[in-house]
Amino acid sequence: MVDTKVTLSGWELDNPVIPASGTFGYGKEFAELYDINILGTFSFKGTTVEPRFGNPTPRIAECPAGIINSIGLQNPGMEHVISEELPEMKKYFGKKVIANLGGANIDEYARLAEAFGKEEQVGILEINVSCPNVKDGGMAHGTSCENVYNIVKRLKSVTEKPVYMKLTPNVTDIVSVAKACEDGGADGISLINTMTGMRVDLKSKKPVVANKIAGYSGKGVFPVALRMVYQVYEAVKIPIIGMGGVSCAEDVVEMMLAGASAVGVGTANLINPYASKEIVEALPAVMEKYGINSLKDIIGGAHNG
Amino acid sequence: MERIFPKVTGNAKIAENTYEMRLSGDFSSITAPGQFVNFAVEGCYLRRPISVCDVENGILTVVYKTVGKGTEIMSRIRPGETMDVLSGLGNGYDVGAGGKRPLLIGGGAGVPPMYMLCKALVRAGARPVAVLGFNSRNEVFYEDEFKAAGAETHVTTVDGSYGIKGYVTDVIGKLDYTYFYACGPEAMFKAVEKTVKSDGEYSFEERMGCGFGACMGCSCKTKYGSKRICKDGPVLKRGEIIW
Ligand SMILES: Cc1cc2nc3c(=O)[nH]c(=O)nc-3n(C[C@H](O)[C@H](O)[C@H](O)COP(=O)(O)OP(=O)(O)OC[C@H]3O[C@@H](n4cnc5c(N)ncnc54)[C@H](O)[C@@H]3O)c2cc1C
Ligand SMILES: Cc1cc2nc3c(=O)[nH]c(=O)nc-3n(C[C@H](O)[C@H](O)[C@H](O)COP(=O)(O)O)c2cc1C
Ligand code: FES
Repeated sequence: MVDTKVTLSGWELDNPVIPASGTFGYGKEFAELYDINILGTFSFKGTTVEPRFGNPTPRIAECPAGIINSIGLQNPGMEHVISEELPEMKKYFGKKVIANLGGANIDEYARLAEAFGKEEQVGILEINVSCPNVKDGGMAHGTSCENVYNIVKRLKSVTEKPVYMKLTPNVTDIVSVAKACEDGGADGISLINTMTGMRVDLKSKKPVVANKIAGYSGKGVFPVALRMVYQVYEAVKIPIIGMGGVSCAEDVVEMMLAGASAVGVGTANLINPYASKEIVEALPAVMEKYGINSLKDIIGGAHNG
Repeated sequence: MERIFPKVTGNAKIAENTYEMRLSGDFSSITAPGQFVNFAVEGCYLRRPISVCDVENGILTVVYKTVGKGTEIMSRIRPGETMDVLSGLGNGYDVGAGGKRPLLIGGGAGVPPMYMLCKALVRAGARPVAVLGFNSRNEVFYEDEFKAAGAETHVTTVDGSYGIKGYVTDVIGKLDYTYFYACGPEAMFKAVEKTVKSDGEYSFEERMGCGFGACMGCSCKTKYGSKRICKDGPVLKRGEIIW
């Protein structure tokens, strides 16, 4: 029997597979299809203080090996998520969940962290300082070392829960941003969020997505995400949830060899709603094929020698 | 919703740039007319949403227009091939709301879902009247099918090359009906909205990420809050739509 267990800040997960925020809702649509308790855990849709409708449609466009999206953090708001979604989720998901939180400014991040920090259903606070689709905040926070440092510091003063900073790949030097997070006291790093991109329709000769520019994700971003996980692993000691384009169990192993302690699966869930389940189920055989007894042992394995 | 792998039993051209595909499989997840299925297409990253045109005896019929890469590839699929399909998506039409004489309004690629609806309404004891709008004679399809299903059927073409010259609204204005159901381009909806005299429902299209409610790609604002076209729609009631 191979061992698929991994640990994030003292929290042991049955396996490293974590559906990524914004591609899994609150889990409900997937729980109708399969028992989502087989997952390591999942990260719920980015939640803000106030409800948000998000950006105008079209919000999605297809790319040869992925999609661009400009959802714009549509969510029912913090109060609704705590009073309605979390109790509902309890009915079909018995594990702790990752709370993905998006603030317009440092005070909002603190309010969110304080509120979700009190919820026993929440295992980790994943701080989205990387959304490319909102004007007020989002990615603007995550491109500055000073901002991420200040945000983590503040959040660590309002909550006991592990704080993971979700970083944007749209920076010149991902390593310095990750280091600033660690210096500020972050318990972990999630990366990558989407890369900014766009598509133009040849018939209308206009951008396909109403917001014009959107975030690129899916298979095509995998090598970029892998490279960033690899670089960040060398620079920090805190655990990394690696994501970006992961589509099969082999990708999970590759991401862990680069330095991820757990692995997010995003866009793949949208195309095949069973993607995360199939990855969980395929992992043991892939581990055996490559002579891996315990996933914990391979984290950062690509850095040896 | 269900993911199934039905076998293609037919895929024939029935009008200009218009194909009718039949698939054999277990379509029990399709419970109402107006629902759709989402096809994985070889070489395309996202699935392609297509309305259910009919389901009977384990055979699903869809009718689609070739408008781009995905539908072009679909048109070359041969009988015997297997498709990867997410079946039973969306809410569908409220058959019970139709009354004695429901009006079915279909424009172009919006005609197919009206067919299953027509059959369901007839089965429920109604006498539907269908108004089917096309651009030109060579694009017309399913006129005989609607007649055979029991609907009084009117066909319009914009260029007058077949049926009544003009738009669906040129006919609707002269009809009596208890309720309406519409599917087609949004430009047609706006004209229909100005013409109709009863309650009714419209089926909307939006660019989709997942097609089953997970990504928030297809949201639209209604009078009762935001809805996902793929999960809470594609059918919206006339009274809730913000134009
Ligand atoms: C609920 C629903 C039901 C539909 N039912 C039918 C039907 O019964 N018959 C039919 O002919 N067409 C139908 N359509 C439209 C059909 O989905 C598009 O024509 C098709 O996706 C175009 O794909 P393509 O690759 O050929 O075009 P491309 O333009 O190359 O597609 C590029 C991308 O845009 C998306 N896209 C393009 N046009 C549309 C559109 N109108 N709506 C949503 N997404 C679009 C595609 O899915 C793809 O992701 C329906 C759409 C929806 C949302
Ligand atoms: C439709 C969509 C919505 C997303 N929403 C969020 C979000 O609310 N918060 C967040 O931190 N990341 C969000 N993301 C980013 C993903 O969580 C993930 O970081 C990114 O898509 C890369 O992984 P992937 O290539 O496997 O999708 C979203 C991605 C997509 C495609
Ligand atoms: S397309 Fe994903 S929610 Fe509708």
